[in-house]
Amino acid sequence: MARNTEHRDLFPGALEMMILQSLRLRPMHGYGLVKHIKQVSDDLLQIEEGSLYPALQRMLREGWVEAEAGISAKGRPTRIYRLTAAGLAHLEQEVSSFEKMFAGITRVLAVAQS
Amino acid sequence: MQSLGRFLSRRRRYDDLSVSIQEHIDEKIDDLVESGMPPREAEQAARREFGNLALLQERSREVWQWPAIESILADLKFTLRRLRKSPGFTATVILTLAIGIGANTAVFSVINSILIKPLPYPQSDQLVSLWLNAPGAEGLVNFQNGLRLSPSMYFTFSDHNRTFQSLGIWYTGTANVTGLAQPEEVHIGFISDGILQTLAVPATTGRLLSATDQDPHGAKNVMLSYGYWQRRFGGAPSAIGRTVDIDGEGREIVGVMPRGFRLVDQDFDFLVPLAFDRTHLKLAPFGFMGMGRLRPGVTIPQANADLSRMIEVWMDSYSNGPGTNPHFYRNWRITPALHSLKQEVVGDVTRVLWVVMATIALVLLIACTNIANLLLVRAEARQQELSIRAALGAGRARIARELLIESILLGLIGGTLGVAVAAGGLRLLVAIGPANLPRLNEISFDAWSLLFTLLLSLLSGLFFGSIPVWRYARTRLTTWLGSSGRTAGVSRERHRSRNVLVIAQVAMALVLLVSAVLMIRTFQHLRTVDPGFSDAPHMQTVHISIPDSFIPDPKMVMRIQNDILDRLQTIPGVSSVGFGEAVPMEGVEPNWDQIFVEGKIYKSHNPPMRFYNYVSPGFFQAMGTRLVAGRDFTWNEIYGLQQKVIVSENFARESWGSPAAAIGKRIRQFERMPWQEVVGVVQDVHYRGVDDTAPAIVYWPAMINSPYVANTIYGPRFVCFVIRTSRAGTEALLNEVQQAVWSVNASLPVASPRTMQDIYGQSMGRTSFTLVMLGIAASMAMALGIIGIYGVISYAVSQRTREIGIRLALGAQKRELRWMFVRSALLLTTTGIVIGLGAAAAVTQLLKSLLFGVSPMDPLTYAAIPLLLGACAVIASYLPARRAAAIDPAQALRAD
Repeated sequence: MARNTEHRDLFPGALEMMILQSLRLRPMHGYGLVKHIKQVSDDLLQIEEGSLYPALQRMLREGWVEAEAGISAKGRPTRIYRLTAAGLAHLEQEVSSFEKMFAGITRVLAVAQS
Repeated sequence: MQSLGRFLSRRRRYDDLSVSIQEHIDEKIDDLVESGMPPREAEQAARREFGNLALLQERSREVWQWPAIESILADLKFTLRRLRKSPGFTATVILTLAIGIGANTAVFSVINSILIKPLPYPQSDQLVSLWLNAPGAEGLVNFQNGLRLSPSMYFTFSDHNRTFQSLGIWYTGTANVTGLAQPEEVHIGFISDGILQTLAVPATTGRLLSATDQDPHGAKNVMLSYGYWQRRFGGAPSAIGRTVDIDGEGREIVGVMPRGFRLVDQDFDFLVPLAFDRTHLKLAPFGFMGMGRLRPGVTIPQANADLSRMIEVWMDSYSNGPGTNPHFYRNWRITPALHSLKQEVVGDVTRVLWVVMATIALVLLIACTNIANLLLVRAEARQQELSIRAALGAGRARIARELLIESILLGLIGGTLGVAVAAGGLRLLVAIGPANLPRLNEISFDAWSLLFTLLLSLLSGLFFGSIPVWRYARTRLTTWLGSSGRTAGVSRERHRSRNVLVIAQVAMALVLLVSAVLMIRTFQHLRTVDPGFSDAPHMQTVHISIPDSFIPDPKMVMRIQNDILDRLQTIPGVSSVGFGEAVPMEGVEPNWDQIFVEGKIYKSHNPPMRFYNYVSPGFFQAMGTRLVAGRDFTWNEIYGLQQKVIVSENFARESWGSPAAAIGKRIRQFERMPWQEVVGVVQDVHYRGVDDTAPAIVYWPAMINSPYVANTIYGPRFVCFVIRTSRAGTEALLNEVQQAVWSVNASLPVASPRTMQDIYGQSMGRTSFTLVMLGIAASMAMALGIIGIYGVISYAVSQRTREIGIRLALGAQKRELRWMFVRSALLLTTTGIVIGLGAAAAVTQLLKSLLFGVSPMDPLTYAAIPLLLGACAVIASYLPARRAAAIDPAQALRAD
């Protein structure tokens, strides 16, 4: 049986959120996405590079991103991923619910520390 | 439909994916090389950081798939390929399963058709058989068949009940039909009003018989069965309104019953209304079957209580004539014991069928155990492949699924073929099934049978598949990878599950063999019982009936019967002829009444009921029934209406101490009757079949002064002729018999020709049916058990080749080596036998009612079968053991 595909190192939906947020800046290809996320997070988030692809396929299926043929920086054929309107809406909803959750966790931690 | 579009576009998605991933890795390598890493290292690092490429690609693709189904399909494809590669294994398994599942489906179809399906009448759960018990009546009445109803009971119940929608009485018989074509004997269902209302099946043409047809002075009507209507009238509607002569009485056809309609479990040609004259009814006679339809919501205990109440009403309302006590039957303690009509139809075949079902199921279980063993061997042969796949990341569940898919696939293929086997088996079963198997014509292979096959196939697959899976799941990866190759020893654990399976097989085979042998011993015992007649294959029986309306004078009837007998005697090859009202084991309901023995004082003046029969001179000689004392009747005694009687040996011993003492003693039927002198004593005859005790019998002459109606003569009009000849059963003889009868009277049909052997065989039908089924099952079980033992030992030999080589090199004796393997087989067999003996002791208790003359714990059987199984185990293990001893040590050690 296939292992639970929702289970990753991060909490559920985190990888997707980061991909969507990255694509919001500009369309990117797979390797570009990995590099971007690593760079921005200062290598704090250790993700398995390949785990990006199942997540990307899921988002393609949901219609949050689109893929189109493109050329990489090295001049080889690849696929460029672009955020769609539905993807943007989903991202905003996710970010807001994440912020709420994060605020909650912060408060609890603050109380516990004092 | 979105998913369908996804399905079609996914080829493009897969391409996109591999392009993306390829570029990802290439770019990463480029970056790493730029940062100064050597290209080869860079490539390794890139792949390492990417993760499990194949797995991630599969996960990514799964997004576009129906993952469960597609990976199962892939597994299926793989499994099919693997099965094709080992045709021997596949064919063995599928064939075993086809036979096993097919046999089970066939028996299930029979059980479903007979025991489970409702009777073919509307709301058949409301139908009950009106059953009475009379525990207070001594003699024959309280035998298994209980007490039947009398017409006066019917009217009482019909008028006064509070729990029935309708009820009625009926019986079946035969009659002669004349005026249509050749005179022929037809089957008649005699029914009172209420029977057709109870069964609630409408006529297909015309109208049903109704209350008005019950008027003894009204018009004479009749209904046809669908079959007779087709046969004689070609299904023409113009048959309605025509008149037929039934036993010389003209009756108008008013309707036709629909196709397939049976009177409970009886076929018939005509339905004739019973027309009783209510003003002349007495309490007796009790000769009618009763059935009724309960009001909705009424339970059987409520209806029983209702009937109990009405039995008092019945005794208050009728009598047996002037001077008799109407409440005499209180002594009989008549109690109602209603049961469902279905129970009545199905009868005591229930136990036989469940025994057969259990037996066949056990055989399938043994077969599945064998297959599980084969699969274990296969799984072990594949262990290296499986361990490698596990090492590459295949989950345990995933591998377990693949093993299960293989076994379920085998199960389903076996089941599909099993359907064909079941269809064939069903025909065979119906053919060899006892002729008295009820609802035989309703047996069919339907959707339920199909569903049963499917379930059974899946269950079998799951069962024999889960054993290797369970074994696999318990084994650690390292032992699998580590133990193959040169250092491999035979782990005890690996053999344990195979050994357990063999032990189970032996135990189950033992249970079946013991059951089968008990049935064989039962059959032997039945054969050794002297039935009271001899040389059954050389006795031809035929029925001839001379209706009242045809020849009213009983003396004339006697003359005609006498003439027929004389004519039959002249047929070449015939040594003796006689006739009686009943012949043994024919299933004709016996006559019975109270018989007084002269000089005996009876408790409350009620002598016990005795079975009686009317016989001609020569009947005993033709039957081969020995005269123990005295002599046969003479024709002069018959025509002279002399008060003579013959009794059975047990009656004579019970009444007078010995057969010789009986001669000259006297008995009578009623107190006002003259005493009748005993002139002969004959050996006991098992009228109800050899597995039942021989009843005490009184034989009246074939013509007597009627005990029931004063100053009249009674002689049976429906008689069975017994013709002793070596030509019995041949077509030629029957033609000559027909000619002989017609030369006396051209209007008399000759009916139901059978040899006594047919009747005798049929009376043992239940036993021989059970015997055949158990015999087949037990021999299959034994064969499978032997194969199982052989398989385990020869596998052990092949696994231990190297060890044997070493032993031989170190000087082990060949004889000891052989004994080592035979001993291990014997150990398994003995364990199986011990367990099996315990199980058999429990299981055979269920067989008790089917056994005769042998105890369920028969010591001979319990001693012989373990010895037989042990011997089989020795032979089955000796063959591979000999092979082991023949191993060349040099070659064995060089092998790998």
